[in-house]
Amino acid sequence: MATVSRGSSLLLTIGLLIIAGSSSAAIAYLREPRQYRADPPVAQAMEGLRLMPNGIAGTPPQVYFALARPYEKTAYDLSQGKRLYTWFGCAQCHGEGEGGKGPSFLDGWWLYGPSMVSIVASIRDGRPHGMPPFKSRMTIDQIWQLSGYVMAIGAYTASVNAPARNDDRQTRPAENRAPAALLFNEGPVPLHPDQGPSP
Amino acid sequence: MKPVLFVLPAILSGCAGAQSALDPQGHSALLLRNLILAIVIVCIIVWLVVMAMLLWALLRRDRPKQGESGVERRMRTAVIAAVAATIVIITGLTIASFYTTRGLGPVPNADLTIRVRAQQWWWQFIYEDKDPARTFQTANEIHIPVGKDVRVLLDSIDVIHSFWVPSLAGKQDLIPGRENVLTFRADRVGSYRGQCAEFCGLQHSHMAFLVIAEDEQTYRKWEAAQRSAALEPQDAELVAGKAVFMARQCSACHTIRGTAADGSSGPDLTHVGSRQTIGAGLIDNSRGSLAAWIADPQTLKPGNNMPLVPLSSEELRQISAYMESLK
Repeated sequence: MATVSRGSSLLLTIGLLIIAGSSSAAIAYLREPRQYRADPPVAQAMEGLRLMPNGIAGTPPQVYFALARPYEKTAYDLSQGKRLYTWFGCAQCHGEGEGGKGPSFLDGWWLYGPSMVSIVASIRDGRPHGMPPFKSRMTIDQIWQLSGYVMAIGAYTASVNAPARNDDRQTRPAENRAPAALLFNEGPVPLHPDQGPSP
Repeated sequence: MKPVLFVLPAILSGCAGAQSALDPQGHSALLLRNLILAIVIVCIIVWLVVMAMLLWALLRRDRPKQGESGVERRMRTAVIAAVAATIVIITGLTIASFYTTRGLGPVPNADLTIRVRAQQWWWQFIYEDKDPARTFQTANEIHIPVGKDVRVLLDSIDVIHSFWVPSLAGKQDLIPGRENVLTFRADRVGSYRGQCAEFCGLQHSHMAFLVIAEDEQTYRKWEAAQRSAALEPQDAELVAGKAVFMARQCSACHTIRGTAADGSSGPDLTHVGSRQTIGAGLIDNSRGSLAAWIADPQTLKPGNNMPLVPLSSEELRQISAYMESLK
């Protein structure tokens, strides 16, 4: 009897050790690595986005897919984007996404289309009616980080990837909780006939 | 015995030098050192007495029998004496601690006030003046006049940090949205290292700064030099370096007073060449280390908020020469 219980407790211990070991290996494997900077050739390739002639939508550089779209998906890049949103004064015109002098990110309407490429192009090269170009003020990977964050503000679906928590009072749901869905669900968005550079 | 002789100096070397609470160079640090020593000595004595009593109790041969006359009385006396001694010692330490803390308190009229804004992972020091034109900033290095009371107003812009210059004063936290005050004084000329003492993220260990205490005259000279705007470069390489700085992303985050660069999210670089270290105590300041830092800040200090700005080798040479020239 004693040997049986000793044998079963040994088995139990080994089992627990295997479970602990494999789960920590899984956590280590699934842990999201932080990319603190893009390698210079990658950063250079990130410049190569192609827009449609009217400046709305287009194709991201192929390297973006090769990297598995990090700027929309990793919490670190979203957090850096959030920091840049403050540092470069986006809130002065766009508020916390509700707009002001500049257009809103929450109303379900993107003047230049809801794609990453359009947002990157808007930030990098500027747009008519007041959006300044930031290419001489931010590096290209910073611009992609910021674009990813702007996409998160305008998201309709909740995401598991959250940027850093907000210490100030919030005027809208947190970024990973689909801030735009709130307004979107309130009712049909009035038809915007306007799109493109001259609203 | 021999290993001890080798190990002991290595351990004790931590007790002196530019960053040690046991090597006080100022009023506050001296009070704290005395308190530390007093508590340690008292505790050592108490421990020795307790151990001696324990040994005596274990080793004594003639144990008193139950019911023997006087045993009860002697035991009661011993217990009462021990309780009384405990009360006296703890009260004494509490009083000593209270008076030490009171001695550290803010002084009504400090000779110099510096605003400190800690951020991940560097220190912004603002020497404020009633006249905004005379206000200036440094990063990760402050100069103070020796023998004068210095008041630092502590604030943080992101997470909690802690201001600690062990040779001059105790720790004080920097809490976002709240202003803490710490007063200290350096009694001797020298340079004292400070360090963030509250874990604040990835590069917490590389968030150091220097407090350089110098005589009144040298300090005034330094202050006047810092207050002035950056000199217009004359040399062709420096002129080119300045042009690169203004044209590239650098000027969006850094200020160089006297030029168009007026960013405020990175350290003020008006007199960056005059500082002893860069990257918050990360590496010594030289043209080579400046170039290394600018070329790839994320490899030297991963996770910091300075991006890699793509530059050609020619531009890198020019810009590091320009940075070095900003004395």
